[in-house]
Amino acid sequence: MSGVGGGATQSPPLLELRDVGKDYGSVIALDGISTTVRAGEVTCVLGDNGAGKSTLIKILSGVHRPDRGELLLDGRPVAFGAPRDALDAGIATVYQDLAMIPLMAIWRNFFLGAEPTRGWGPFRRFDAATARETTRRALAEMGIDLRDPDQPVGTLSGGERQSVAIARAVHFGARVLILDEPTSALGVKQAGVVLRYVAQARDRGVGVVLITHNPHHAYPVGDRFLLLNRGRSLGSFAKGEVDRDELTRLMAGGAELDQLTHELERPPS
Amino acid sequence: MKPELGALIGAVAVFTFFAVQSEVFRSARGVANWLDPASTLGIMAVAVALLMIGGHFDLSAGVMVGTTALTVGIVAVEFRQNLWVAIAVALVVALAIGFSNGWLVTRTGLPSFIITLGTFLMLQGLNLGLTKLFTSTVTVGGIDDVPGYAAAEWVFASRLSVAGTEFRVAILWWVLFTALATWVLLRTRFGNWVFATGGDEVAARNVGVPARRTTITLFMTTAAAAWFVGVTLAVRLTSVQANTGIGQELIFIVAAVIGGCLLTGGFGSAIGASLGALIFGMTQLGIPYLRWDADWFYFFLGAMLLLAVLTNRLVRRYAEAAHR
Repeated sequence: MSGVGGGATQSPPLLELRDVGKDYGSVIALDGISTTVRAGEVTCVLGDNGAGKSTLIKILSGVHRPDRGELLLDGRPVAFGAPRDALDAGIATVYQDLAMIPLMAIWRNFFLGAEPTRGWGPFRRFDAATARETTRRALAEMGIDLRDPDQPVGTLSGGERQSVAIARAVHFGARVLILDEPTSALGVKQAGVVLRYVAQARDRGVGVVLITHNPHHAYPVGDRFLLLNRGRSLGSFAKGEVDRDELTRLMAGGAELDQLTHELERPPS
Repeated sequence: MKPELGALIGAVAVFTFFAVQSEVFRSARGVANWLDPASTLGIMAVAVALLMIGGHFDLSAGVMVGTTALTVGIVAVEFRQNLWVAIAVALVVALAIGFSNGWLVTRTGLPSFIITLGTFLMLQGLNLGLTKLFTSTVTVGGIDDVPGYAAAEWVFASRLSVAGTEFRVAILWWVLFTALATWVLLRTRFGNWVFATGGDEVAARNVGVPARRTTITLFMTTAAAAWFVGVTLAVRLTSVQANTGIGQELIFIVAAVIGGCLLTGGFGSAIGASLGALIFGMTQLGIPYLRWDADWFYFFLGAMLLLAVLTNRLVRRYAEAAHR
């Protein structure tokens, strides 16, 4: 045991990555990635376009298997063969496109693929009353107040939709919640609303993986920051070890940004 | 937002229009008359509507009515089988065609429009070719001379007397199938999957909806409906022309669209499709009752379709208005 992060005094993290790597043919998409996700904490994965964030999500959510390194769940190594395996292990992913059907009612979307039923045999039916009521309650518990669970998801704002997707994952017992760029398409106010629900999920003991390219969204809510650049880790920091400016600088490629700043400066007249 | 609202208003308007001007139209006998074409069309329109909500078309649905009717005739008359055996064989044939349509669409990812157009043309050729091969003509006749006919007639082609007026049993089946389809759509898991698969197949799959199975089941349902109508025609007419059903596939789609189904999938209702079929039946018989030229029928149908498509477009806009 290399003892990354964990100690004798702490229980093992919910999810841990050790030196994980992934290749697409001869292209190294991800290499040497290590970080931890703990219950009731938010681990932010920061990186610019092409940094390997999507590949990391796919490994965590069971779409891809890592070619190198280890994935540990509750301290035990695991290998997910399919997204279903990850879901069964309590790892829920909320994708950018949300996996919601715009023309369908909120409560129908909420239970899509996991509809509660009553009755037996040919009379087994979708328990609409329960689904509607449970949706309303689950949203209310997360502090989400929607006018009417019967309205189509398409009529919700982007922030509201993200919130419903988060509430859905939490309701279905997610222990680890992976959020793929939940704030990228949103305005400042809407992004704030979504981050508040991320904090809600965290406070309910869920381990959150927040993937973003925006350090201003990541810093206030994050407990741990994993920085990616072109498939490699620039480090995994706890909140106390790094400040917001440092995060921004690292994300933009550190020295590259310094160079750019220098170039853009007005020449001394 | 009810998908069938527009069709309901349309049906009431069409009924009022003809009922005010024609005494025959509003008589019990007239009602029985225009409910009849509405019923066989309605059974197909309901199945086609489910398929459209699931995001697909079936251009072979019309010719499949002919295929099943001809199968019943050929197996019963030319192979001298009990009519019920022939009916069972036709069901197997229909389900196989439906499965093949669904399987090809889900496997290849090609538009169902083009896959079922292929099926349509192949079946059209087979219907003619095989009928000529077995009967040396383009008609299969004498279905009423086959053992089992009496019972089959009772199920598929009897008449029910209501207050002195005879109604065809197909009307009852139509109402039952509409109710069943509505229940399945709104109150079962499968129904939820139909809406989801048609609304956004990738998203549906991401949350664990068996989209492929749903699509194949829908194609098989359409085929089963074609079987039911095909058997009804074979038993009712006792002889079947080789070109039966050709051209009807578009009428089914028209009825479903008038009933509020979006061409892009994910929205619509079975009741709406039935109302679309009702409008069709009322117009088809209402126009001759008013002693108008029958040519006006298609003009009217086209106008209804355009009106319905424009209304449906507003629905889609409403639901996607606040997109992000």
